[in-house]
Amino acid sequence: MTSSILTTENVKLYYGDKEALHDINLSFPEKGITALIGPSGSGKSTYIRAINRMHDLTDGVTVTGNFMFKGKNIYAPTTDTVALRKEIGMVFQQPNPFPFSVYDNVAFGLRIAGEKNKAVIDEKVEKALKQAAVWDEVKDVLNKSALSLSGGQQQRVSIARTLAVSPDILLLDEPTSALDPVSSHKIEETLMNIRNDYTIIIVTHNMSQASRISDRTAFFMDGNLIEISPTKELFTEPKEQATQDYISGRFG
Amino acid sequence: MDQIRESLLKTSVATKKERFGKTITMAALILIGLVVISIFYFVASKGLATFFTDKINFWDFMTGKTWNPSTNGSNGKPQVGALPMITGSFMITVLSAIVATPFAIGTAIFMTEISPKYGAKILQPVIELLVGIPSVVYGFIGLTVVVPFIRSIFGGSGFGVLSGTVVLFVMILPTVTSMTVDTLRSVPQYYRESALAIGATQWQAIYKVILRAATPGILTAIVFGMARAFGEALAVQMVVGNAAIMPQNLTSPASTLTSILTMGIGNTVMGSMQNDVLWTLALILLVMSLIFNIIIRLIGKKGELK
Ligand SMILES: Nc1ncnc2c1ncn2[C@@H]1O[C@H](COP(=O)(O)OP(=O)(O)OP(=O)(O)O)[C@@H](O)[C@H]1O
Ligand SMILES: [Mg+2]
Repeated sequence: MTSSILTTENVKLYYGDKEALHDINLSFPEKGITALIGPSGSGKSTYIRAINRMHDLTDGVTVTGNFMFKGKNIYAPTTDTVALRKEIGMVFQQPNPFPFSVYDNVAFGLRIAGEKNKAVIDEKVEKALKQAAVWDEVKDVLNKSALSLSGGQQQRVSIARTLAVSPDILLLDEPTSALDPVSSHKIEETLMNIRNDYTIIIVTHNMSQASRISDRTAFFMDGNLIEISPTKELFTEPKEQATQDYISGRFG
Repeated sequence: MDQIRESLLKTSVATKKERFGKTITMAALILIGLVVISIFYFVASKGLATFFTDKINFWDFMTGKTWNPSTNGSNGKPQVGALPMITGSFMITVLSAIVATPFAIGTAIFMTEISPKYGAKILQPVIELLVGIPSVVYGFIGLTVVVPFIRSIFGGSGFGVLSGTVVLFVMILPTVTSMTVDTLRSVPQYYRESALAIGATQWQAIYKVILRAATPGILTAIVFGMARAFGEALAVQMVVGNAAIMPQNLTSPASTLTSILTMGIGNTVMGSMQNDVLWTLALILLVMSLIFNIIIRLIGKKGELK
């Protein structure tokens, strides 16, 4: 495997005593889109939240294994989680802009990082909104509350908010499952737009979405990684029977 | 066929029950409405008698600085200037709210963001307990602890605006805190998560996102606390000194609308001018609580719009 930006080895995760991830080994090459699919409760969200240490916020979660990001151990005691999350950004299922203006939302990450120069912020906000393919729709309402936008627009603004701080990795947990097909399609376009600039890991229940946009697809079940293959391969000639069953709709 | 028609035309049991339920709720509603209207009517008619029956000038009343309803002044008119009490009430209300706000927000942040476990287990019950303590207890503690303490530090009698502020601060703090806690808890979890997920520190997430999202609710909590402070009678009366004079400083005896009202109402005869002016004070209190209510409504509306 050529130059992985992120490798995770022997990952186990416990909610209390319950083991929710069993020995996951996955690595991610730089750039491109990896889709994570699998039935509900298979541990997809659990896995990607472990990557940017979101589980730190929950009591009683234990993570073991090796997480190496650009040669650094994510779970080392010396890791600055704040800095880490600037490099590994995350977008959630529910579109969730802050109750501020569109502009302030996208500028948020820059401002908290200490950026004061208005011109720089302006430029980066515009760039992020363009990358997220929502600029044309919001450029005239930048000072209006982001909550007045449609759900699809809100989600793309949320993506722009994350892109504005220029992370290396973008984690998306079912970003389109709360949206209508047209909006979902726009989000997909957005992701296609930026696939060459970011390493994207997306959880999705929508298998045709995974097959449309991703380079590789990983199939999770019951806290196990069943297989990871180039997307086309996984959907046409899966190695595992379980994958075959899932993609042909036999369970899950 | 006829049977079906009959059963369709007849009122069913469910409909009857529904009618019965509706009648009861309507009756309750009308009763409450009547009570509210008659309170307003009563207080307003009595309170306005000062101006219409007793011919006291409205502005003299609101801005006069001498309160001595039983004697006439040098101009031959009764000395009923309510400014000292109005000033006292507003001073104590605003000061106690100013002091209580940072404490309330700080405690609420601790309880919801920093240590939710400890907050829910220990602080929450304590605060709920404090909310329920009768005001006379606060007044009594104020009288036996706060007043002597202030006397020993600032001299004088110890009675005054400062003592009133301290007592009211303690009294409204739990109310404002628990309302602020509710507001912070209602800020969606995903605001916290998404702030952290783009590299905010916990503190940045709190004061840049959570507090901002919670601002309307926090303002409501403060106004609510002020309304409570403004209307509080007993506890304040025990520590404020009840001298109907303009407060010279924070530690000189002063008075509030409520304290003069409760002190005086038993000593006057219904229908007399001395009695009417007390009703006017009550009317001012009523109007103020109405204003506080309206402010809370407006804040709520503004919060929704976002
Ligand atoms: N906070 C939690 N505490 C305890 N168990 C949890 C917690 N969150 C998730 N789990 C459990 O961990 C397992 C994996 O859940 P996870 O949310 O990662 O699944 P998922 O693949 O993302 O499912 P979905 O497709 O429904 O989002 C499930 O069995 C779930 O019940
Ligand atoms: Mg999930």
